[in-house]
Amino acid sequence: MRILATLRMAARALRRNKMRTLLTMLGMIFGVGAVIASVSITSGAKSQVENQIASLGQNVVLVWSGNFTKGGVRSGWGSAGTLTLDDADAIKREISGVTIVSPEVRGSAQVAAGDQDWFTSIIGESADYFDLRLWPFAEGASFSDQDVRTAAKVAVIGKTVATQLYGNEDPLGKVIRIKNVPFIVGGVLIPKGLSLQGQDQDDVIIIPYTSAMKRVLGGTTLRTINIQAASQEMLAPVEQQITDLLRQQHRITPGKDDDFTIRTQDEIANAATSTARIMSVLLGVVASVALVIGGIGIMNIMLVSVTERTREIGIRMAVGARGGDILIQFLIEAVTLSIIGGLIGIGGGILASKLIAYFTSWPTLTPVIWIGIASLSSGIAGVISGFYPAWKASKLDPIDALRYE
Amino acid sequence: MQTNPVIKLAEIHKVYHTGEVDVHAVRGVSLDILPGEFVAIMGSSGSGKSTLMNMIGCLDRPTRGTYLLDGIDVSTLNRDALADVRNEKIGFVFQGFNLLSRTSALENVEMPMLYNRSHISAHEQNERAQGALELVGLGERADHHPNQLSGGQQQRVAIARALVNRPSLILADEPTGNLDSQTSIEIMGVFQKLNDQGITIIMVTHELDIARYTKRTVVLRDGKIVTDEAVRERLVAETELRHLREAQQAINLST
Repeated sequence: MRILATLRMAARALRRNKMRTLLTMLGMIFGVGAVIASVSITSGAKSQVENQIASLGQNVVLVWSGNFTKGGVRSGWGSAGTLTLDDADAIKREISGVTIVSPEVRGSAQVAAGDQDWFTSIIGESADYFDLRLWPFAEGASFSDQDVRTAAKVAVIGKTVATQLYGNEDPLGKVIRIKNVPFIVGGVLIPKGLSLQGQDQDDVIIIPYTSAMKRVLGGTTLRTINIQAASQEMLAPVEQQITDLLRQQHRITPGKDDDFTIRTQDEIANAATSTARIMSVLLGVVASVALVIGGIGIMNIMLVSVTERTREIGIRMAVGARGGDILIQFLIEAVTLSIIGGLIGIGGGILASKLIAYFTSWPTLTPVIWIGIASLSSGIAGVISGFYPAWKASKLDPIDALRYE
Repeated sequence: MQTNPVIKLAEIHKVYHTGEVDVHAVRGVSLDILPGEFVAIMGSSGSGKSTLMNMIGCLDRPTRGTYLLDGIDVSTLNRDALADVRNEKIGFVFQGFNLLSRTSALENVEMPMLYNRSHISAHEQNERAQGALELVGLGERADHHPNQLSGGQQQRVAIARALVNRPSLILADEPTGNLDSQTSIEIMGVFQKLNDQGITIIMVTHELDIARYTKRTVVLRDGKIVTDEAVRERLVAETELRHLREAQQAINLST
């Protein structure tokens, strides 16, 4: 039997009972719609997290002073005072496969420019820190290695600081007073947005670590050492080598815990996206349940429909329809029902996610592959739920079917 | 010249196994029906005539005996093969018309062609269905739905549907059972016209006066043929209808 004729037959059968068709589709519409909407929300959240991970830089290995995975006093990230400039130098000197090493100190300070003042984070870094974080400049440039050696009073400021202190003025070359020490603004950074911890990464002043230690924050220990490995494959070996080196530097005997914490970008990314992965699994479960419920609705109605149309089946068989023809007819009807429902659900889900994005400013993103998955699954649900009723119809005895009142 | 029978039944038996007792519905029927015959199968209920019709119509298989339809032994065919035989060789007309509701007359008539194993183009389907409707005098009403047609008109649509695959025979099961007497005669007129064109027709009926429009009467009792004879004083639908109209005019029932 021709597929086109069968489709036309299915369309006619579905049109014949519009209200029932709509109600049957509703299960599929809401199921697929919910799937698409929640996929859009989680994908949006996931891509946001991924952007944040990417904003860490490329092939980054981070070493914090203090061990915050093992017991003992926890006094905040990097405040244990166990990392020194010697450690950073040793890493730079002895570890192969390391391209950038930037010792980091951090503190907060009152800053002022003209008659404006602002309280912000002060970070001391090396000159190539911005390469490590892939952080481009809106204007100006980084301080130089020479500036680091001489503890020059040069500052790179984030977008938030620039706005707070200078408004619409161009900050480049202007004086910025950090704890009353005058620095010259040498560069303004492109905004990076929020960090994984939800901090404004642009509310920051970055100066040579030497300047920070000698002129602004004081202290002799490092909070963090930022390291860039030469490639992603190098991340793990570099991590291992640094661990060995630092244990040796700090004279930690075997069996004792590290007094520092080391993480590669991959590990941070995995930790951050694990929530998203759990969400995806939950989503998969919800999606299957929704589709099963939609499918059960279709199966139910198809069974009713087969019973109602027993005589029609009998007539068709009498004039020469084979069991297979009847099977295909009802199967196509179920699949048409579920695919149309699925397509409406996809449209509705996308619309819903757009509305959610509009009203909550959550980023939402509908991956094209999920549109494919949703249409395919609704089709499969149609085949599965339509098969039993269709098979039942095809097995009817034409004589009994014709006699059915 | 010897013509091969359209239907050749030899010692047909049908036994139903229902519960504890076996019901022997047809007990050794042998029957030859030649092309161009118009046969009425008669019998009271329980005589086995419906069972026999189901077997002739390839809706059911005999328990024993052979059945040659158009020279093909159909008594051993499987379900699908029987469906194909029904599609190509047999046209069915039922007591309750059995049209698909909310489906136009034309589409109802096209339906058997959907299941034809040789591809019939949509255009040809349409033409053949229209042609069949014209043959039964309903060319004007092709787009009407069954609920817009009278009983007689519905039965004409059913006859057109039975004709459309150009079958070897038409099987009619109490085709006038749901119709008033005048419409019944009209339908018999349609059958007589088709039979005059050479179409073989087998009809089950329990109405004696309807059977008189056929050419041969087979009477069944207890699953066996008790009478098989040519119809004497055969009625012609056209003449009967004329008489009926004259009678109606006489009492001003119609103009």
